[in-house]
Amino acid sequence: MTDATLPLPATRVAPAAPSRWAPMAVVVGCILLLWYVGAVALNAPQVTERLNNLGQPWDWSDLVNAAWAMERPVLPAPHQVALDFTRSVFDHAIDSPRNLLFHAGVTLSATLLGFMLGLLLGVLLAVGVVHSRVLDRGLLPWIIASQTIPILAIAPMAVVVLGSLGYPPLVSKAVISMYLCFFPVAIGMVKGLRSPEVLQMDLMRTYSASRPQLLWLLRLPAALPFLFASAKVAIATSLVGAIVGELPTGAQAGLGARLLQGSYFGQTVQIWSALVMASLLGVALVGLVGLAERATARLMGTRA
Amino acid sequence: MVRKGSASTWVAGVGFVALTALSAGILMQVHGSGPRAQETPALWLALAAWAALAVLALNRLALLQQPKPLRLLAPALLGAALLFVWEVGVVGWNVPRVLLPAPHAVAQALSTRWEVLWPDFLQTAIAVLAGFALGSGSGLAAALLCDRVDFLKRGLLPLAGLAGAVPIVGIAPIMVMWFGFDWHSKAAVAAVVTFFPMLVNTLAGLAASDTMHRDLMRTYAASHGVTLAKLRLPGALPFIFNALKINSTLALISAIVAEFFGSPIYGLGFRISAEVARMNVDVVWAAIALAALAGSLFYGLIALMERGLTFWHPSYRQ
Amino acid sequence: MSSSPAVVAKDLSLVFQTADSPVIALSEVNLSIERGEFVSFIGPSGCGKTTLLRVIADLERATSGSISVNGMSPEAARLQRAYGYVFQAAALYPWRNVLKNVMLPLEIMGLPAAERESRAREQLERVGLSGFEGKYPWQLSGGMQQRVSIARALSLQPQMLLMDEPFGALDEITRDHLNEQLLRLWEATGKTVIFVTHSISEAVFLSQRIVVMSPRPGRILEVISNPLPAGRMLDIRDSVGFAEVAHRVRQALRAGHSYD
Repeated sequence: MTDATLPLPATRVAPAAPSRWAPMAVVVGCILLLWYVGAVALNAPQVTERLNNLGQPWDWSDLVNAAWAMERPVLPAPHQVALDFTRSVFDHAIDSPRNLLFHAGVTLSATLLGFMLGLLLGVLLAVGVVHSRVLDRGLLPWIIASQTIPILAIAPMAVVVLGSLGYPPLVSKAVISMYLCFFPVAIGMVKGLRSPEVLQMDLMRTYSASRPQLLWLLRLPAALPFLFASAKVAIATSLVGAIVGELPTGAQAGLGARLLQGSYFGQTVQIWSALVMASLLGVALVGLVGLAERATARLMGTRA
Repeated sequence: MVRKGSASTWVAGVGFVALTALSAGILMQVHGSGPRAQETPALWLALAAWAALAVLALNRLALLQQPKPLRLLAPALLGAALLFVWEVGVVGWNVPRVLLPAPHAVAQALSTRWEVLWPDFLQTAIAVLAGFALGSGSGLAAALLCDRVDFLKRGLLPLAGLAGAVPIVGIAPIMVMWFGFDWHSKAAVAAVVTFFPMLVNTLAGLAASDTMHRDLMRTYAASHGVTLAKLRLPGALPFIFNALKINSTLALISAIVAEFFGSPIYGLGFRISAEVARMNVDVVWAAIALAALAGSLFYGLIALMERGLTFWHPSYRQ
Repeated sequence: MSSSPAVVAKDLSLVFQTADSPVIALSEVNLSIERGEFVSFIGPSGCGKTTLLRVIADLERATSGSISVNGMSPEAARLQRAYGYVFQAAALYPWRNVLKNVMLPLEIMGLPAAERESRAREQLERVGLSGFEGKYPWQLSGGMQQRVSIARALSLQPQMLLMDEPFGALDEITRDHLNEQLLRLWEATGKTVIFVTHSISEAVFLSQRIVVMSPRPGRILEVISNPLPAGRMLDIRDSVGFAEVAHRVRQALRAGHSYD
């Protein structure tokens, strides 16, 4: 029996691959819709009061339009936030305190410094834990316990105290970010450095590889995926640390300061713009780490 | 291997007694002569001896494997050693109180200001627990819904991943505007922060059951609900508990940070920012110690529950 | 007892449409299996033996031709829980002990607790695992886990057992032991057993008929009747008669280009 003589039986067609962007677009669209509706709902009390005071008859369209154009809304409409955002970014010089990019830059510098320091500290701790029994038994439980300490809570104190000792706010914010960062990096790297299979370690032993060689040739390359995964978490946390570090006592620059100012002066739209900028910054930073990950994977010849 | 009554046990015993005696002596000396302690050469000698003994003790303790409770000795000793160094360093070298208060000062502040710190703690605790329950619960419910409606999963999951990069605590001022100064706004922040890790982890857990198991359920003609209850949810428990542990710390931190943005006159976050402004640093540390203790207990409780419910997971076997 | 066949397949075909070209997993399969028979499907990878088993179990749908299981469609048979399926791996739930694992299908069926427990204990005794009810899967060896899996398949008291290379992951000594146990089990219960394997000696030892299949496209080459007597013991593997049947199977496989 050869295939050529057999008529092809009815085929079952595989279902078309589902689109990747359509569901996200639909969900985002729904969120925007709910946002607009919510803006009307939450702003309604103030708007109705104002419209009543005007003395003229008003209808639904007046209500909706007014709700989406308030100066100090309870919930600003998406286009209000977008407008304020673009105005702040494009209408002012980049080093003016009225430009959101200026504030983003301030926060970014602290974030990056803290991230680098935390990365270094985390990697060093991890290497130490993997190579020293004492550190593994004595220190690792404390590293894990350190994360139940709400260190973010001492952020204000650290900034004030270090400031009173003459350290610039950048340093104090970076210290907080570093403390927040080192934990995911340390834990992730410990897992990564211990990830090579026993078989691979035994092979190295048959080559009489020294401990530094074992670290450089086997453990570190094996730990890279873990490093990048925890770096993504670390950089997002570092951003949070930098923002919270800007909260106390009269910080004038930075996204956290913007949030606080907006909150004190009731400038809702300013708060939302700052939040949008902070979110964009966070997504961009995590994306950068992802790009670095892919570039490293290509350099090392592994598939991303 | 140490045999009972052998010479090395005696040495170890003597060593530990010497370490304790030395520590007590150093502490008394430092507290006695105060800020001028660092001038006495005897102190330096004693500290050197102490350091040597401590390192030896740690090395020996690190090797202990059985019985299980003894494994806690190494981290306990390291922690005690760190506390000791902290105390001696701060008192003996006259470190400014503003920079780092001594442990005993923190303990003092904790006891003298207890009538204020306890209501602060309760205020924050309500927000933490309410936010944790609400956020984790809705995250779980959303995950079950996404499991049913694939379209929703494909739309929501990438957004939930993005939310991990966004500093969600920033919504605190908005929540205060919407829900007022009391604990409700703080609980709202904690709820939003804990929603996403729960959603992502639960979905990962539900996907974890492999094809073979699902085929088996199909041969039993089991409905979607039965498969969920008997196979996929129990299999997802390790992931769910992973999220719950993450959420316990996240909820605590979010509630405290949210209190920085506005609070009635109590709450741990409020207490911290108020006392920082007055430079009462030891009260701040006392508040943080209280929060850390509560956070560790919360985490520990969840870890215990996890051990009870997911005893079967390979991570509990060597 | 009705004497209608357990499985009847007529011109059964299954074609997958993949990205590059259609894959003919099964091509015009014609087969009839009587109740109480022990039948093996044997062939190299890609010959469609597992696919055929899965079509019988309603885990796959054929694209053309007809198939009936116990006189009804495979779906109806599945909903009636007419068979127990045993996979290549034990697929036990690590959060349930051995007894609860065997009771799983009975819980789904909705049997009362007392009956569930008695049935489960009965099946565990049948596979020789009494006394292990409280153990958890990770405390058992691979062979014992697979025996629990068989007990679980039997607990539904189905008329058919569908087994997909159940002993493939085990070492030869355990496999021989389990082969013998399975044969005794079949003789005691009289169920229909459809057994997928790629071990020639296993197929010859266990079955009454051996269905030899070959790939590209997946089809039945030959159905060999096994003349060896009933009540076989392991020693029969060293006999001349056994070697002859194995030789026939090998020749059929070679004719289907399985060794190319």
